[in-house]
Amino acid sequence: MTELIATDLTLRVGRATLVDRVSFCLRPGELVALLGPNGAGKSSLLRASLGLQKRSGGTATLGGRDSERLSQVARARLVSFLPQIRSIAWPNVVRDVVALGRFSHGAAIGSLRGADRTAVERALDACDLLHLANRRCDTLSGGELARLHCARAFAAEAPLLLADEPVGGLDPLHQFRVMDITRAFVDRGGGALIVLHDVALAARYAHRLLWMKEGRIVAHGTPDQTLTAERLAAIYGVRACVDGLSVALEGAA
Amino acid sequence: MTPSAPLVVGFAAATVLALTAACLLGSTPMGTERVLAALIGGGDAGDRLVVWEIRFPRALAAFLAGSALGASGAALQGLLRNPLAEPGVLGVSATASLAATFFLYYGFISVSAWGLPVAAIAGALAATALIAFAAVHTRSIITLILIGIGIASFAGAAMSLLMNLAPHPYALSDMINWMLGSVANRSLDDIALAAPFLLSGLVVLYGTRRGLAALTLGEEAAAGVGLNLPRQRVATVLGAGLSTGASVALAGAIGFVGIVAPHIVRPWVAHDPARSLVPSALLAGLLLVLADIGVRLIPSEQELRLGVVAALVGAPVFVWIAVRRQAARD
Repeated sequence: MTELIATDLTLRVGRATLVDRVSFCLRPGELVALLGPNGAGKSSLLRASLGLQKRSGGTATLGGRDSERLSQVARARLVSFLPQIRSIAWPNVVRDVVALGRFSHGAAIGSLRGADRTAVERALDACDLLHLANRRCDTLSGGELARLHCARAFAAEAPLLLADEPVGGLDPLHQFRVMDITRAFVDRGGGALIVLHDVALAARYAHRLLWMKEGRIVAHGTPDQTLTAERLAAIYGVRACVDGLSVALEGAA
Repeated sequence: MTPSAPLVVGFAAATVLALTAACLLGSTPMGTERVLAALIGGGDAGDRLVVWEIRFPRALAAFLAGSALGASGAALQGLLRNPLAEPGVLGVSATASLAATFFLYYGFISVSAWGLPVAAIAGALAATALIAFAAVHTRSIITLILIGIGIASFAGAAMSLLMNLAPHPYALSDMINWMLGSVANRSLDDIALAAPFLLSGLVVLYGTRRGLAALTLGEEAAAGVGLNLPRQRVATVLGAGLSTGASVALAGAIGFVGIVAPHIVRPWVAHDPARSLVPSALLAGLLLVLADIGVRLIPSEQELRLGVVAALVGAPVFVWIAVRRQAARD
């Protein structure tokens, strides 16, 4: 079973401590939402735990091995990563972009074979992109692009997924669609750690919430246990009315 | 799905035709049969001399120089994710020709003939490495292009200084050759000096092609899908530096062909940087062979330089791509 386990993970850049002794784990079959204000260190935490950015202290293991010592290819086969900056430099067609997700399996886009071809078609299907497979990606809407990036991540068929704000900038319907796709991935046995800014969305979909502020995890648990009006005030500095899993934000605290 | 194979075969066939056509042209009128006979090793000794020592080397030099620039352009565009990146625009060619000139000017050429390509390659590598290093620290492509323009301007200024100080008219004329780019009077020996570097650069670039495709997603995501980013950067810089430097050693600084060829190729290979590499190299080589035929056909008192013709055609295309890109973004 592939797990991502971080223990006392610390990341310092210059004199700033971006991630401060953070411990968490991500297992297959669970959807974990990482919540926190801008600048809390969420993106840095993802990069450092993956070993894409060199950590200053603590440990992070992927499938039992130090994530910094994994080769890029080995890491990519264990975990798909959707960074916050999701650019596509050229006007490629949708299927070719999704095929780039198979890079770690040695696939060359445009001449997919066997398992690579199947994985790409499966990912296109899971993200409802089959009818757009031959469209140029510079003609897609924001919602379609978000699904394209999800498909690219799923095409790797890695057991874990780390996604940095996959629903940023999407309308409510497309937010639900991306979360449904992610949830389906988790129901098939994947493990997903997702950075979200929409607390209500996180509470609805996630098994567990990681609350982060100023580089630290300040709370950690199921939505029932950790989602309170006081928490929202402490983390985001907002007044909110919380009733069960429904959240209504009322203004700055 | 758009396989690049038909494109490669087409360009290769056109290249063979163009190289043959280039052998048919020259101040000594020779019929087609005589040239073909000489090409395959028959005919009389005089014909063979003209074809194998004068006409063919010149055309081959144009093809090799062009293909190096086409492949370097396509690879740098993939690495920097911008269709305007190119050895000429980024100042790589200018730095290489400056280094070559400096080498010649101070008379190091007497030390070893290998010194010339090595000096040009060192110049090209220095400029490419500087740009790749800057690329790590800035996300802005505009900044990178500006840095390239700065490098090109500096190399141009240093070149002017060397010309200013040129000891005799021959040195001056040599320097003008480096700056403007020309394949006139190239011999098979010149080609033999540059070719090993040029070809190994091309091989290195070919090895980076899948990584160039992965970089379509941006650097962070490319690393996420399994790309070894530092290695990719070093290999692209090395490959582009080697082949561009050798190309400059062979033909001087020829601009814009590295932009034009990949730009034409890209739509035919579904905009895949990996599949655009080989066709871009072939097309750029073909374009320079044709441009050199043009240079020889245009009646003028003093022969036009290949690089001048390439720039006259290429610079407007550069502006056109830049304008269209802007329109697409806004």
